[in-house]
Amino acid sequence: MTATTATHTIAPPPASGRRLRAFLRNPMGVIAGLVLLLIVVASILAPWIAPHDPGLVVLAESLAPPSLNHPLGTDGNGRDILSRLLWGGRVSLAAGTIMVSAAIICGVPGGLLAGYYSRWFDAVASWVSNMLMSLPQILIIIVVIASLGSGLVPTMITLGVLASPDLFRLTRSAVIGVRQELFIDAAKVSGLSDFRIIFRHIFSVILGPVLVRSSFMFGMAIIAQSGLEFLGLGDPLRPSWGGELSLAFQNFQRAPNLVIAPGVAIGLTVMALVLFGAALADSLGATRRTKKGNWTPAPSRPTDGAPHDDAATGSSPDEPEGPLLVVENLAVSYPGEDGKGVVVVEDVSLHVRRGEVLGLVGESGSGKSQTSFAILGLLPPEASVSARRLRLDGQSLEVLSEKVMERLRGQKMAYVPQEPMSNLDPSFTVGYQLTTPMRHKLHISRSEAKERALRLLERVGIPDPARTFASYPHQLSGGMAQRVLIAGAVSCDPELLIADEPTTAVDVTVQVEVLALLRDLQQERNMGMILVTHNLGVVADICDRVAVMRKGRIVEEKPVRELFSNPEHEYTRMLLASTLEDALPRQQRDDEMGVTR
Amino acid sequence: MLGFIARRLAMGALLAFTVVTGMYFFLLKTGMDPARGALGLYASEAQVETKRQQLGLDRPVTQQYLEWLGHALRGDLGQSTSGNAQVLDLLITRLPVTVSLALGAVLVAATFGIALGLLAAIRPGTFDRILQVVMVLGFSLPNFWVAILLALFFAVRLRWFPATGYVQFGDSPARWLSSIVLPVTALAIGSIAAIAQQLRNSVISVYSQDYVRTLRSRGLPARTILLTHVLRNASPPALTMLSLQFIAAMSGAAIVERVFGLQGLGAVAINASADSDIQVLMGLLLFTVLIVVVVNLLVDILYAALNPKVRS
Repeated sequence: MTATTATHTIAPPPASGRRLRAFLRNPMGVIAGLVLLLIVVASILAPWIAPHDPGLVVLAESLAPPSLNHPLGTDGNGRDILSRLLWGGRVSLAAGTIMVSAAIICGVPGGLLAGYYSRWFDAVASWVSNMLMSLPQILIIIVVIASLGSGLVPTMITLGVLASPDLFRLTRSAVIGVRQELFIDAAKVSGLSDFRIIFRHIFSVILGPVLVRSSFMFGMAIIAQSGLEFLGLGDPLRPSWGGELSLAFQNFQRAPNLVIAPGVAIGLTVMALVLFGAALADSLGATRRTKKGNWTPAPSRPTDGAPHDDAATGSSPDEPEGPLLVVENLAVSYPGEDGKGVVVVEDVSLHVRRGEVLGLVGESGSGKSQTSFAILGLLPPEASVSARRLRLDGQSLEVLSEKVMERLRGQKMAYVPQEPMSNLDPSFTVGYQLTTPMRHKLHISRSEAKERALRLLERVGIPDPARTFASYPHQLSGGMAQRVLIAGAVSCDPELLIADEPTTAVDVTVQVEVLALLRDLQQERNMGMILVTHNLGVVADICDRVAVMRKGRIVEEKPVRELFSNPEHEYTRMLLASTLEDALPRQQRDDEMGVTR
Repeated sequence: MLGFIARRLAMGALLAFTVVTGMYFFLLKTGMDPARGALGLYASEAQVETKRQQLGLDRPVTQQYLEWLGHALRGDLGQSTSGNAQVLDLLITRLPVTVSLALGAVLVAATFGIALGLLAAIRPGTFDRILQVVMVLGFSLPNFWVAILLALFFAVRLRWFPATGYVQFGDSPARWLSSIVLPVTALAIGSIAAIAQQLRNSVISVYSQDYVRTLRSRGLPARTILLTHVLRNASPPALTMLSLQFIAAMSGAAIVERVFGLQGLGAVAINASADSDIQVLMGLLLFTVLIVVVVNLLVDILYAALNPKVRS
């Protein structure tokens, strides 16, 4: 949770001018803002613009229908409803202001301190915050009224305190996120006091989200206050929206339509606040959807040269068997900010024969993983893929639907990920995650699948297969998890195995074993394999051929010995040199090259 | 697991104790006068003083509190200071009304909220827009106003449901159901949106996890992945939302029951508050907090059942 907050708060906030423009582009936000403005102005000006005295009782005009004189009609005492609603707006606005102020005064400084000092104060404050959140606000307010009375100020302050955990938690997690950022450390070094650090940096980060939450809370305040007035817990002499609703409800049988106007007043105001807050949040980028488009990967597999010798689905004449995998002119791009696509893979062609290991080498961000996922059909839905040819075992992948791809994955091609811990579902046992695909793909019984899984675990070198089978991922070490993932990948006897940096995230001692295991399995089963790596040492160990990628393109491709003895491309030579020197750690190179994965 | 439940129970007991203690001192120290409340505005000062002594309110607050706590721990919540009712009896007769409404609202909201949240996550276009509309309406329309409109239309005009009154489940399950349909609907509308929104966001975030891609690479059908793996991992935050919605429904019920003339905890609270009835108010607080603690405990147990890391 902290991490997500951090990511959107750390990004340097756009200049306020740009934010304002982003806000103004959103018609919903602008309309909501105008409606709010209208309500605020009308309420403030009520003493001057209300057509009648809100308290003027004219019994002769009791429950009069709407007319020119009384645009919204009159209530049971013949009082003008429009005038009473205009005056009632003042109560609602005051209620919201008091409650939001109280919540901000309690929540924000509390959250700042708890997040920044995170010692005993954080423990106590968080506990109090959880306690307040578990109290039903209206019931508590009704109890509190027994001693404080039903005045607007004490009730709304109490409600604000009860609602403050919302702002407390928001502020606290934003502060914790920001606290870990370098610029705070830098500020400490440059000698700013703690107090100024909090206000200069963190305040600018939380200001937007706090405004958004305050806007929602203002709406909640209006509803809560009206609810109390509706229950009769208010000042009966002062017109208010909730009080009007209560009066209308008492005349429910005689004039049912009276309940409409006060409800619309409350609903419209709160709706404007909610929409205004939502538009504000959008312009701050706080609630941006992480993924666009269809959730299930659209069969956007394509197309460019689909008709191109598609008739010859089998083998090409010069090579009777044909390579296991053929990729020609693969391109992958993502929609960019300015409407133009960002191309991450371009004009990539490669092939893999049965029993052959192809090394796909390059820096992070060179498009190796994108190429792998394109072959597996596992790119996010917003990615667009095109290829002149994309064939697995003679079958053309470009035109296949997601359903057919689903069938091919696991049995025809499989994938070993890079990061072992994040690639196992934390909520299910290893056994469940191993057996479910087998039961789906191989149509075998639960006990058969279990037997197979245990044998696989043993094969990949897990010392106690039965125990690992029953374990949850968090109980495994990284090396064990990687072995489990390899077992899972080969569980349905794939013909092509794509291993994406399978050794980067495990200990050096385990790396060698994992590589040896992959090589053994590949030879045992005569699989074709693509080994994605940035490490030429790994390539030298187990690859037959190597393709070097840079900036989305393949710059050189040749058998492994030749590549080492006679590198042609300058980039390959640089890679070789850096491997020999064992030069910079990977992260640092990434940073220098400014690449993102 | 037992240790986990024991820890949670201890936390719950601490919470109940803190709230009850804090409120007892708060109420009596900030000017609530149960003796005056019991006798009304027109009683003479001497009468009130007699009443005060009779109720033991002239003793130090700490002493009164300890006595109350001692009795409460033995299950005796004492007698109403403004009437003759035994507090425990009073609460036990009124509690089912409010709990029926709150639990009913949460069940209805969970059913629709989960469906809508899932659909909005996997079919962003239409359902996302529906969710946004439900969301804005659910947040903006006060539930007591919705309750009035529902009563007006379905009870008064169409006469499908009774406009007022609560029927005990034991008397007639069918009439019990028909007596709570409208209030439950009014209460559920806001919660549907909150639950759906939470579930939608967590489904989207779980779906972008590495392990989901790896599960897909194994060739598991998208539906299996969604309904077992994604839903399971996305449910903990939605469960937390569910318990918050239950608390909100308890609050909302206090207002909505007024619309339908239901005599629940809200009505008890309002009367006791007007009469400064310290005994009833304290009993009410204790009951409310205990209900919340029990619901939170159930949610925690479910949470642990879904999340192996919490269990161990």
